[in-house]
Amino acid sequence: MSETVFARTKGLREVEMHYCPGCGHGIVHRLVGEVLEEMGMLSKAAGVAPVGCAVFAYNYFNCDMFEAAHGRAPAVATGIKRVHPEHCVFSYQGDGDLASIGAAEIVHAAHRGEKITTIFINNAIYGMTGGQMAPTTLVGQKATTCPKGRDPEHCGKPIRIAEMLATIEGSAYIERTAVNSTANIIKTKKAIRKAFECQMERKGFSMVEVLSTCPTNWGLSPVESMEWLEENMIPYYPLGVFKDKEV
Amino acid sequence: MVRQLIKGCEAIAEAAIRGGCRYFFGYPITPQNDIPEYMSARLPEIGGVFLQAESEVAASNMVYGAAGAGARVMTSSSSPGISLKQEGISTIAGAELPCVIVNVMRGGPGIGGIQASQGDYFQATKGGGHGDYRLIVFGPASIQETVDIMYNAFDISDKYRTPVMILADGLIGQMMEPVEMPEFKSDEEIKVEKDWAALGWEEGCGKSRAVINSLYIADGELEALHERLQARYRVIEQNETRFETYLAEDAEILLTAYGTISRVCRSAVDELRAEGIKAGLFRPISLWPFPSAAMAEAAKAESVKHLLAVEISAGQMVEDVRLAVNGAKPVDFLGHPGSQIATVEEIKERVRALVKEA
Repeated sequence: MSETVFARTKGLREVEMHYCPGCGHGIVHRLVGEVLEEMGMLSKAAGVAPVGCAVFAYNYFNCDMFEAAHGRAPAVATGIKRVHPEHCVFSYQGDGDLASIGAAEIVHAAHRGEKITTIFINNAIYGMTGGQMAPTTLVGQKATTCPKGRDPEHCGKPIRIAEMLATIEGSAYIERTAVNSTANIIKTKKAIRKAFECQMERKGFSMVEVLSTCPTNWGLSPVESMEWLEENMIPYYPLGVFKDKEV
Repeated sequence: MVRQLIKGCEAIAEAAIRGGCRYFFGYPITPQNDIPEYMSARLPEIGGVFLQAESEVAASNMVYGAAGAGARVMTSSSSPGISLKQEGISTIAGAELPCVIVNVMRGGPGIGGIQASQGDYFQATKGGGHGDYRLIVFGPASIQETVDIMYNAFDISDKYRTPVMILADGLIGQMMEPVEMPEFKSDEEIKVEKDWAALGWEEGCGKSRAVINSLYIADGELEALHERLQARYRVIEQNETRFETYLAEDAEILLTAYGTISRVCRSAVDELRAEGIKAGLFRPISLWPFPSAAMAEAAKAESVKHLLAVEISAGQMVEDVRLAVNGAKPVDFLGHPGSQIATVEEIKERVRALVKEA
């Protein structure tokens, strides 16, 4: 008799994902799916997919799903949550979507203490549109709209979303994690669980910012990308809990 | 039913609630502020939710979320705010969701002014946002008519899974008139089976997982959406076209107007008739679908020598009038785009000139 020690989570549908090799989205999708399954919330969950690389997330998560206009996922999630306050409602957004065009929506979802959870994938670049500069692109990092590297004189320094949202009264749980190592992936799952629990306990807005990789647009191999994340992103975007209303 | 004197915007809000509205997402802008203000007090009383969004953009996307979650939901704004809502409205149309949008029109372009206008006719009836889609648009001429349309707007929107827009000029929103407010629709009346909505789902529950979406990227999917939409629009044209005529049967000069200015036209018709000029009025109530066939029929009548379109704009609905009349009779235009309202005297003068010409 063989024992199943690792299986597909019921939180994800049995379909092929379109993500590039070495991209962190697949890992984070799985973690979200596992947490929803373990919490027994799948039948009462609604996710909101962004515009960006995760645009097809509505095909992957095994629960009711919405596709939002670019940056508006927190507003869409707000509409859903106000209709179904007992449901577990989450937005899943990238850094162009959340930190640039959707900056107003995420700030005000936090400001209202909206009982939703945001999974924020920060890979310091626009992925789907082809590697343009994001608000999170590091100083000196090359992108297709800053071919010589990001120049802070010209377009400022990268924005730290977790720190910013933690200053807002309505946010209840804010943590930044990374998916560059097994230990960090386990920590990310714990953070996602905590954020969803925070929502269901109606404490306020919760967000997990996940530092993730984009080998395709960084021009690196998957392994090099994990190293680049650790060496370049974590020093600027420190990991940790920035807000925990319990503490 | 009791007659009450009530301001247009407040009447809109109360009629919406009686017609089944339970969720409102909006943002302040003059001259429609009485709608969100009224909703903020009234909706919680009946177990509904009012939420002031951070922007019109966010408000329309909240409407999208709530509509996808199965709710009877609406938003309201005035012209510049409606421009901002177009992202959400286009998304709602693309996702085949029902909702109601009220535009209490003020002057534009840009920030424009805060006085009444009909400058958003093109935006409302020709799409507004990007992509090939339609809204069902009504242009009421009195507060009572606004109430009656608002009361049934959610039923119509749910029936066709198509957004309904009430295009009221600022005068409708801001004046007071006596109104008979209809009774609350019962829970049974407003309960609509929405098997497509996100109400919660699990394998084997007997329905499909809800995917609320306006992205149709696979080959042929977008074409299939448009085939559905166009087929639906043809049914809407059949069922929801509305208009009213006044002394049109034997008219030599046929005025066309919607909204408040149609009432000025009606007074002009009465006074012209008193001086022996056979004037009449054709008043579209549904602006999309536009009552083209009925208008063409009215214009074809042998008595009609000339049509005169009157608007609080530089001439927008007149284009649909010309398309409907299709050259059968000359169509003239009278209007002011800068929130100046044509007077009865001004309209009479123009009609007299047309009579001399004829």
